[in-house]
Amino acid sequence: MKLKINLGAISEPLQSENLKTGDWGTEWAYVDKDKCTACRICEQFCPEGCIEVKEFGEEKYAVVDHKYCKGCGVCASVCPQEAVRMEIKELFKLEVC
Amino acid sequence: MMKVVRGFYSVAHAVKLCRPNVVCAYPITPQTEIVENLAEMYANGELENCRYITAESEFAAASILVGASATGARTFTATCSQGLILMSEVLFNAAGMRLPIVIVNTNRALSAPLSIWNDLQDSMALRDAGIIQLYVENNQEAHDAIPQAYRIAEDKRVLLPFMVCMDGFKLTHAYEPIDLLEQSVVDSFLPPYKPAAYLTTKKPLAFGCYAPPHVYMEFRVVMQNAMDRAKAVMGEVFREWAEVSGRDWGGHLEVVYPEAKFFVISMGSIVGLLRKVVEDLRKKGYEVGLIKLRTFRPFPAEDLRKSLSDAEKVIVLDRSVSMGYEGNLSIELKAALYGSSADVVSMILGLGGRDIPREFLEKLIENAILGKEGSGFKGVKDFEEVIP
Repeated sequence: MKLKINLGAISEPLQSENLKTGDWGTEWAYVDKDKCTACRICEQFCPEGCIEVKEFGEEKYAVVDHKYCKGCGVCASVCPQEAVRMEIKELFKLEVC
Repeated sequence: MMKVVRGFYSVAHAVKLCRPNVVCAYPITPQTEIVENLAEMYANGELENCRYITAESEFAAASILVGASATGARTFTATCSQGLILMSEVLFNAAGMRLPIVIVNTNRALSAPLSIWNDLQDSMALRDAGIIQLYVENNQEAHDAIPQAYRIAEDKRVLLPFMVCMDGFKLTHAYEPIDLLEQSVVDSFLPPYKPAAYLTTKKPLAFGCYAPPHVYMEFRVVMQNAMDRAKAVMGEVFREWAEVSGRDWGGHLEVVYPEAKFFVISMGSIVGLLRKVVEDLRKKGYEVGLIKLRTFRPFPAEDLRKSLSDAEKVIVLDRSVSMGYEGNLSIELKAALYGSSADVVSMILGLGGRDIPREFLEKLIENAILGKEGSGFKGVKDFEEVIP
């Protein structure tokens, strides 16, 4: 199939969603739902807009979308509950002999 | 209508006739009076359907024009030197977004040391941006270049920013009798700008999006193709302009005495002086011709190869230098003439407004023809560098 090149690299709304940035970087953020108070500070600070507080019945806590999380760690550093931890991706867990 | 005006006005008047929608600039010598003239026209209500926006820097001015041009507005700015290189980050983007912004660059030296005077170093720094560069010899050519710039830049086959380069002070501040164009002539030559794609609230778009390695290269290929097409489009527009205005400025180059054995080649206002020098040298019996290079990007390599196919020696006069190599035009010309037997002498002179007297230039070219003068900086004083 021929590649389509838009004039001036112009894209239509939401086309950028096709650009999954989750494979960038070496770490992903993980939320400890027991510690999370759903204060939404991480939501405001995430430069990628990929951490969101969601409701699960009675429970409410932040969820990271690993399809887009670049692993910058901003959410982990702003969380007042220390509920977000950064974890190295499996791919990068090398065994050093 | 023939009128004695300064270079600034010849540009401003032509811009007005092109009916711009957004003019945005930041003042910098020797450009300022171009946009001051436009601001005055705007204040007097002479610019219909136009917004004049004052910016806090050249970076902002270029950014505002990128936004305006993306909405389908016909845009204009003028700058030079530090202002142009401050714009450069934005202008590379404008080229990639394929926005036909027209810029007048009043060529001025770059810092440091600080200089407000003329050479071509500033526009040379933007050589690789994807911006069309046309160098003019006099203020009538600058005046005529503006409607042509819009026609070429806005052509669907091109869609690239266009920079008209005119020498600071030597042209901008000079009074010349100019045949100022009539509105009806420009209207018949330049249709309103119909953008291929544009921003509105009804149809949001993002310009110049992110391109990962698997698609980035193709975007650069289409820019190069647009530049290649621009060569032919410019040829068409130049010819049409000659018919419409009665003034034929030639093609990408103008060749005077095409049968000559020796050629002098340069760009900009120095060509006016060279015409006289070449005449005087021919009276002395030298078979010398002159090439005025008008279009620097896209570079008319084939035209130059053709015109110089039988030349014995080519003397290049550069008013800019690529530090660590040679004069910029010389580098390009040598690449274009690769494989040819012509001897190229590359001379760098007139930097930072250094005067180039006619007698000095004549002696220089005569000696270069005779093989007594080689490549390098010319008109440099005896000096030593000291630590204060």
